[in-house]
Parts: sequence; structure tokens; C-alpha cells
Amino acid sequence: MKQVNKIIATFLAIFILSINNLYSDNVKIGTEGAYPPWNAKDASGKLIGFEVDLAMELCKIMNHSCTLVEQDWDGMIPALQSGKFDAIMAGMSITQERKKKINFSQGYADEVASFAVLKGSSIKPKTPKSISLSNIDSNDQKTLDALKKAFAGKIIGVQTGTIHQNFLKSGLIGKVNIWTYKTQDEVNLDLASGRIDAALAAAVAFEDYNAKAGSKLKLVGPTFSGGTFGNGVGVGIRKADSALLSDFNSAIDTARQKGIIKKLAIKHFGFDASM
Amino acid sequence: MKPILDNLPDIIKSAILTIELTVISILIGLLIGFIFALMRISKIKFLFYLSYYYSFVFRGTPLFVQIFIIYFGLAQLEFIRESILWIVLKKPYWCAIIAFALNTGAYTSEIFRSGFEKIDKNLLEAANSLGLNKFKTFLVITLPIGIKRSIPAYGNEMILMLKGTSLASTVTLLDLTGTAKYIISTHFNPVEVFVFVGSIYLFFTFLIHTFVKYLEKKFRYY
Repeated sequence: MKQVNKIIATFLAIFILSINNLYSDNVKIGTEGAYPPWNAKDASGKLIGFEVDLAMELCKIMNHSCTLVEQDWDGMIPALQSGKFDAIMAGMSITQERKKKINFSQGYADEVASFAVLKGSSIKPKTPKSISLSNIDSNDQKTLDALKKAFAGKIIGVQTGTIHQNFLKSGLIGKVNIWTYKTQDEVNLDLASGRIDAALAAAVAFEDYNAKAGSKLKLVGPTFSGGTFGNGVGVGIRKADSALLSDFNSAIDTARQKGIIKKLAIKHFGFDASM
Repeated sequence: MKPILDNLPDIIKSAILTIELTVISILIGLLIGFIFALMRISKIKFLFYLSYYYSFVFRGTPLFVQIFIIYFGLAQLEFIRESILWIVLKKPYWCAIIAFALNTGAYTSEIFRSGFEKIDKNLLEAANSLGLNKFKTFLVITLPIGIKRSIPAYGNEMILMLKGTSLASTVTLLDLTGTAKYIISTHFNPVEVFVFVGSIYLFFTFLIHTFVKYLEKKFRYY
């Protein structure tokens, strides 16, 4: 009889454990781990970066246990939809195109894009410091025309499936040779080796590379925001998960009020990119 | 289907690039493979070991690693960037062709080598007794029979090379796989795009398969 009890107890334990697993409030968050300083990996392979720290803070506020899941950028949204993880925190800008497929929380940080060239490059467009593409007026058009002239026939590198690629494809700065890469690291490598004439990405991505590789690159032209560049970076969540969405939204509110986002932004970006 | 139809011109362009990469790599690889197979059956130790280690290294490492080292790795070296080689290595197209040709060349050399080595001893003795010298024997017996026997295995290698070209997208080339990934990254529909592109690869494989069948038939007279 004792033997039977033991067996029953064992099965019961397994059953309870698996039930616990099914209904656990463990939130899996997908990130790329290759887009410093947003998200990256240290030498030992551990995930680090602004969003890794922020994710942990948000989970603490939401009272969820969280695990970070690594995912290549080009499969990020399909992986969310297939349930590999429940939320995306990967420097993903909130754009109309993406909103058709998934929901976004409110933005937690602002990302401005910029061109970069190798130091000593002859590409020097004369433009104002920044441009917003939300409403293109005649001044903005002048800026775009200056860029069109500066980059005519040049090779520009971007990461696949990014707002930066969409901008170059949109033709706003005319016809340029677009070379696409799997990760931003590879874009930086090819820009530094002189294979490509320029690159377009988050300004902080180039600054991060400069800090590590010895100031090989130089930002040129204006910083971009709005329009195809979207409206800040938010948490991507499946359309059906409205509870998780509101959890993240209120957690972001709390984190902002407590100054957590600002603190983390200054730590990782060197300036306050919170929004 | 709409994202696929919208991007059809890009898909056609990328299919042509895939064919181009495959055909050029296979042709160069065939030449490399043939030469290294001859080296492998030669009595000169240096040539033998050169061929042996070439094949060992290129068959022993993933094609992905090879293309990465040739494209991103060599570009890190200052003296390469300042040398005349940079004219070729600067271009992703040629880096991909070099990697693919060296890789398929290694496998091809093994295929031919085993074809050449498995010639019936009686045939070689017969040739000897007819007074043929070594070169003549190679030319009329070992070479034609060896090549004929290599065809089925070589057909397989051609198909592998076709699929291997999908790695061209890792060095910025928009081949079929690269274009598929681009469409997916903007429309987020992996299943339909990969099924469509997969069936294009399948069609190309069918063409190679038919070509190999034709060759086998043509060489049946031995």
C-alpha cells in the first residue's frame, strides 16, 4: 500500500508542477541581443543593455516573473505571433506597418536615426540638426534634397526589416544602393572597412560602436524622427493579449514617474532618451 | 499572396541571382575539383597533401563560417584592404562566389578522386599489356570511366550547391532567400513566402535532376 501511495504522490506532484507551469505568470520577453546599447550581449553571452535592465524593472513593477528570449531581428514579429515569447523589447519603433500585425505599448524611449560615414569621408551634406518626417514642409524638402544630392549613387548599409531600410526604400532621398545586413554589428563592420559609403541606423548605435572601436565613424546629416521612423520605441504584444498590454502600459507609467526609465537611459545612452 | 505579387519583380531578379551564383560557382568548382582530384592521385607528395588538406578544411567547416571569414574576416585585415585583392574582396558578389566555389571544389575533388581510384585493376593491366603508357591509360580508361561513375554523386553536389547559395544573403546579396527574408521582415508572413520561394528552389532542383539524368543516359555506352 505504501508503494502505491508513493506512486500516487509522485504523479500528483508531477501533475501539480505541470499545472503550475501552464498557469504560471512567467512572461517571456523577446530581444535581439545585437543592437547595443538597446540590447546586446557581454563577452560571456549574457544579455545586457537598456532594454534588458528596463524589462527587469517593468516585470518587478508588474509582479511577473520574466525570462528573456533571444531572437534574430528578421523573425521577431513572426516569433511573437507563434508564441515563442509574449512581448518584444528590441528597440522596435512603433510604426503603422507593424501596428497592423501587433499591438504596441506606449513608447518608453525615443530613438532618433542618423546617417554615419567613415571619418574623412567626402560625404558632407549641409542640413539642419534634425528633421521630422511627420509633416514634410518646404524646409524639410530642402533638407531631403540636400541629402539626395549627397548620397546619389552611394552604397548605404542598413539592417534588414528596420525603419531605416523602409526609409531608404521610400525614395525620399532618391535612388541609392541599399545593402542589407542581418545585424547592426555587421553594418558597422562593413562601414569601418570601407565597403559601403554610409549607413543609416539609430544614432546611439553608431556612438556605441565608436566608443568600442575607437571613433572610426562620424554622424552626418540630420537626425530623423516621425513618419516612416515611427513614434518612439514600445513593447510589442500580440493583438489578443490585451491584459498584458495594459499591464505593460501601467508599468511604464510607474517606471516613468519613479524616474527609472530616465536613470536607465542616462546609464546606457548617456542622455535622457525616455519618453 | 498579395505581398508576393507586389514583390514579384524583386523575386524574379533574386531568382536570376541565385541561378547566376549557382552556375558560376559550380563551373569554377568543377575546374578546382578536377585539378585537386588529379593532385590527389598524383605520386608527388606535396601536391597530394595540398589537395588532402584543402579538402579536409573546406569539407570540415560549415559553408556559413567560410563565407563569413572570407567576407567579414578578411576585411578586418589592413594589408588585405590595401592590397589589389580588395578590388575583388570588396564586392559581396565575388566573396560569395569564392566561398561557394572553394567549398563545392573540395567536395567535387573527393567525388572525382573516388571515381578515379575505383577503376578495375584488370582494365589497367589490360591497358598495360597493350603497351599504353601511364598518361595514355589515364586518358582513355581512368578519366572517362571515372567521370562517368562520378556523375550521380556530382549531381547531388550540384543540388547542394544550389541550396548553399541561400547563404549569399548573409553577405548582403539579395538572392532568393535574402529577398524572402526582406518580404517577411516587412509583411510578417513567413509561411507563404517560404513556401513560395521553396517551390522555386524545388523547380531549380528538378532542372538539375533532369540534366543529370540526361548526362547519365548519354554516358551509358561504357
